[in-house]
Amino acid sequence: MKRYTWKTGVLQIIMIGVVLVVLIPVYILVNTALKPRGDRSSPMLPTLTPEWGNFPQAWEQAGLGPALLSSIFVTVTTIVLLIAIGSLAAYPLARITASWSPVVYYAFMLGFIVPSILALIPLYSTFRDMGLLAHPLALVILYLGERGSFTIFLYTEFLRAVPREYDEAAGIDGAGRLKTFWHVILPMLRPVTGTVIILNAVFIWNDFYAPLLFLSGSGSQTLPVAMFSFTGTYEVDWTLMFAALIIGSLPMLIAFLAMQKAVFRGYASGLKG
Amino acid sequence: MTTTIDSATPSATARAELPPRTRSLRQRFRENAWAIWFLLPAGVFLVFSVLVPTVQGAVYAFTDWNGLTADWDFIGFDNFTRMLNDPFASTAVANTLLLTAITFVGQNVIGLGLALALSSQIKGRRFMRVVVFAPAVITPVVIANLWRFILQPEGPFNAALEAVGLGWARQIWLGDPNLVVWSISFVILWQMSGVIMVIYIAGLQNVPDDLLEAAALDGAGAVRRFFAVTLPALKPAFVVSTLLCVIGGLKTFDQVWVLTRGGPGVSSQVLSTAVYQAAFLRGEFAYSTAIALVLAVITIIAAVIQQRVSRPRKDA
Repeated sequence: MKRYTWKTGVLQIIMIGVVLVVLIPVYILVNTALKPRGDRSSPMLPTLTPEWGNFPQAWEQAGLGPALLSSIFVTVTTIVLLIAIGSLAAYPLARITASWSPVVYYAFMLGFIVPSILALIPLYSTFRDMGLLAHPLALVILYLGERGSFTIFLYTEFLRAVPREYDEAAGIDGAGRLKTFWHVILPMLRPVTGTVIILNAVFIWNDFYAPLLFLSGSGSQTLPVAMFSFTGTYEVDWTLMFAALIIGSLPMLIAFLAMQKAVFRGYASGLKG
Repeated sequence: MTTTIDSATPSATARAELPPRTRSLRQRFRENAWAIWFLLPAGVFLVFSVLVPTVQGAVYAFTDWNGLTADWDFIGFDNFTRMLNDPFASTAVANTLLLTAITFVGQNVIGLGLALALSSQIKGRRFMRVVVFAPAVITPVVIANLWRFILQPEGPFNAALEAVGLGWARQIWLGDPNLVVWSISFVILWQMSGVIMVIYIAGLQNVPDDLLEAAALDGAGAVRRFFAVTLPALKPAFVVSTLLCVIGGLKTFDQVWVLTRGGPGVSSQVLSTAVYQAAFLRGEFAYSTAIALVLAVITIIAAVIQQRVSRPRKDA
């Protein structure tokens, strides 16, 4: 399959079909969002007089401004803290060979395997009793546990593949553990930190279940919940609804297009473990 | 905290010189005491957000907890026997397994097909990879709403069928109890197959080229080469994609909730929508934790099976 043969040509045609299967729904989304309100023409028919005003109106009515801020706050805060607590925990887990080390590691991995849905209901009542419901910090606290497992997994597996001579040399030089961590371990973890950021950002930014439980109806709901409640209110007004959906998707889409290579690498390497 | 760690270290390195047996338990503990400070921050959140509430949930599943007050009684397996006779819960179990099976097979077949096609010499394959993968980073709530529009009875999908002369194939995609789980699965496949594609593209780089060439010289056809050389080399990628598809499939919520809210009737109810509905729309908290426990047990069984099947290779 190194040369372009007639078989490659057939494959080319099939793949153009596949690309259309992806792009046509996207076209319908954008085209419908641009229609004048109440326009019931076919969604395939190109809109010749696009109604750009749909976007500011959807932004306003769906409360996307506050939702965007809330999403940014939750995603950024969580990821910064995840990098900190995850890399700290991975250092002893990857280096200590005592018998308790794998036990602690597997305890962390429980958060990875046991579906969070079982924990979310008791956690909901705990947050309610603490007065944290409707506060974005509730989400941050949840994700630090739930995504902490995954982050520790990525960091620990990465660190185990790094020869321990690097940091042991620093240890013999008399540098304390924290100094070794800061000057030797953390810089070594840079490549995998990209993966940590990308995979956690996509998950947290798009997560719907937890914010629906914890933030629904509050002023600090994240983008997926804001878009969901807007689509509930404006059941029939697909135009405005699609305008809101496009605005809500743009940040992640732009981030992806700007960093395609890093994202592909993150998914390919990170998920491989 | 800094001083504690720093002062503990020199003695730790000094003792590391001794053979392990001569060190007492206490010494060994002191040697590793620094680890506590490094594990503590992550540990606090693991305990608070994962371990404690998971155990609480598992306990509540055997009680009549109402979600509000702290007084509750153990009622044995009542919540579970109730599930057996409750179409709401039993349909949810069946649908969850069906949806997971469809999306698992579909994502692997489509993902591998796309990976092979886009690893060939076709033109524009970079662009195609980006297009096919892009939906995976978009919020599922958005994608599901888009397809809710497209799959309406009078929507673009049925119109397109009509236009190409397949009018007889028109369906009420989201309103027909026999079709609805398949329609939801289709939306998931449309959005998520790109992720599996990326994993297989990475896996294809491990396929030994020289072996493929040797096989070709020995007269093995393309199909034979695929099954004898390419497929075995893709096993690690398959293990990862299985884990992702199965765990992801079992906890599916967003697409179902946006597309149908479990309807019509209970015909597209899955376990996570049933949990949400029982707890937050009906206020039956104990019952909802019982449903969630069933989901957790199924997930753990699936993870264990997956580990067992993939282990015979060298590493886990």
